[in-house]
Amino acid sequence: MSALLSDRRAVLLLGLLAVLVVAPLGAGDYLLSILITILLQAYLGMAWNVMMGFAGQFSLGHALYVGLGAYAGGALFVHFGTPPLIGAMAGMLVSAVAGTIIGALGFRFKVMGVYFALLTIAFAEFVRVLFDHWGWVGASSGLFLPVSNRATDDIWMLRGSATMFYYVILGMAALGFAFSRSLLRRRIGYYWQAIREDQEAADALGIDVFRLKMIAVVISASMTSLGGLFIAFYNNNLYPESIFSMHRSIELMLGTIIGGIGTLFGPILGAVVLTALGEILTIAGNAIGIDGIKQIAYGVCLMAILILKPGGLWPWLRQRFGLEGGAR
Amino acid sequence: MDATFFLNVTSGGLLTGLVYGLMALGLSVIFGVMRVVNFAHGDMMVVAMYAAFLLFTKLGIEPVPALPLVAGGLFVFGYLLQRFLINRFLGVTEHIQFLLLLSIAMIITNGLLMVFGPDARNIQLDASFESYSIGPLVLDKVRVIAAITAGGVAALLWAFFRYTTTGTAIRACADNPVGARVVGLDVEKLYAVTFGIGAACVGAAGCLLLLLMDVHPHLSSDYTLLGFIIVILGGLGSLGGALLGGILVGLSEALSGVLIAPSLKSMFSFGLLILVLLLRPHGILGKKP
Repeated sequence: MSALLSDRRAVLLLGLLAVLVVAPLGAGDYLLSILITILLQAYLGMAWNVMMGFAGQFSLGHALYVGLGAYAGGALFVHFGTPPLIGAMAGMLVSAVAGTIIGALGFRFKVMGVYFALLTIAFAEFVRVLFDHWGWVGASSGLFLPVSNRATDDIWMLRGSATMFYYVILGMAALGFAFSRSLLRRRIGYYWQAIREDQEAADALGIDVFRLKMIAVVISASMTSLGGLFIAFYNNNLYPESIFSMHRSIELMLGTIIGGIGTLFGPILGAVVLTALGEILTIAGNAIGIDGIKQIAYGVCLMAILILKPGGLWPWLRQRFGLEGGAR
Repeated sequence: MDATFFLNVTSGGLLTGLVYGLMALGLSVIFGVMRVVNFAHGDMMVVAMYAAFLLFTKLGIEPVPALPLVAGGLFVFGYLLQRFLINRFLGVTEHIQFLLLLSIAMIITNGLLMVFGPDARNIQLDASFESYSIGPLVLDKVRVIAAITAGGVAALLWAFFRYTTTGTAIRACADNPVGARVVGLDVEKLYAVTFGIGAACVGAAGCLLLLLMDVHPHLSSDYTLLGFIIVILGGLGSLGGALLGGILVGLSEALSGVLIAPSLKSMFSFGLLILVLLLRPHGILGKKP
């Protein structure tokens, strides 16, 4: 215990968790919705981080797995009343299969770097158009989950108040963090990092590069699909146009890159910074009275972070405040 | 469906495809020399379309005569962008480069939204309603003009890279940046010129596309993706490949639009992209790396 607590990062983490657990007591609706946005973004960033940050495979099409998870859970719920937990398994399975197909094709045919990223976009867009024409899930006019009485929380069916959704996503983010941490400290994490740094060298050392990259894709895809399921039940509506869009893929990775790719805290820090920035700019934009200014300022801030801290904010903060130690 | 109708759709797609090809040419030049993937390409295209729109509505200059102006403007924009911003990011990993260009794209698109609003705009020339008929074939006049001009600009570009000293120097940078520096070339400046040329191609393509289609700010990411599909089909870095890819995409869009369903046409383009990436990642005319 003392060994754990002597680590300043552990203190930071436990403090953060404690604050987040009691947060709904003091937070109003607005703050709660922002916290949900942050945690969702952090969770999705962690999922993307497994593939890109740990194993070095650049995916620009993660909206595909978000969409598959959302539609699997949502459509089963709408048509058969299937509990989200079962829908989640279906979504993870479908996403894992999709990831396996894309990964197997891409890695076998040696599609690398930018080309691999474009391949992932192409699959996501392909599936988006497919869902746009698939009547069973509502096609382009969307799929709507019945909104029931929000006075009672039904965690089994994921129908209830914002507070319930808050604890669900908090749990997901905490588990996602713990899972990422354990992956990184296991043998597989070291193998992934070896592949990320130099694939040929890793191959020469006898690491089964293809298999390990496939595992990274499958884990990342399944994790992402759970985030999609959450979006489906939280928003109660699904449109292929938005759930599979390239903008979602970009948004999903933005926080992690800003926060620090390949790190454990990066996705969380990035989600906080970007969401806060977005909210502040919205308020400032409203005050000035020009709508579009928000996105422009967002772009400028993004550019500034890239120029000043291209490695991400977390590695820099970690160094500044002496939070180094152990594996990330 | 009779043969004449089919012939008309095919030729229309082919002509539009040449304009697409010119747009993709810009992307191909930028990638071929600097290895920078320009994710703001579609945004630059939309900027050019709006510039041509303004020149026509405010000053009465038609898109074809406005082309040198718009292309020149985008050249300056591209030159400055590369010189002061992107050159600093040449050594870094691709996802950082990607985000940089994305932030540029975000600023451009939202700037356009602020100035012009989300509505679609188009222009109407006298020529918009005229057509040429050759036997059973009916071709829109503006489409023919756009395609011929696009072909002309592409030919100019080819001659530039082939016969001028600057063009040769840029090719040297593409082949071997270190060697180019050793023999005393100002690589940074040549990169800036290259990005300028790539931007000018998009500028020209934007003017011509305004003759054929509406413009609104949200088109930008569609055009960026379209550009990628085209250059990868034809082969990144290959000039002829970009034009060929453009024509193929123009044809597939036109044909799938009438044969299957207009809303499915992008699925065909993406399906084609997946196939080419897997089976022939260097494209149809590209060289094997």
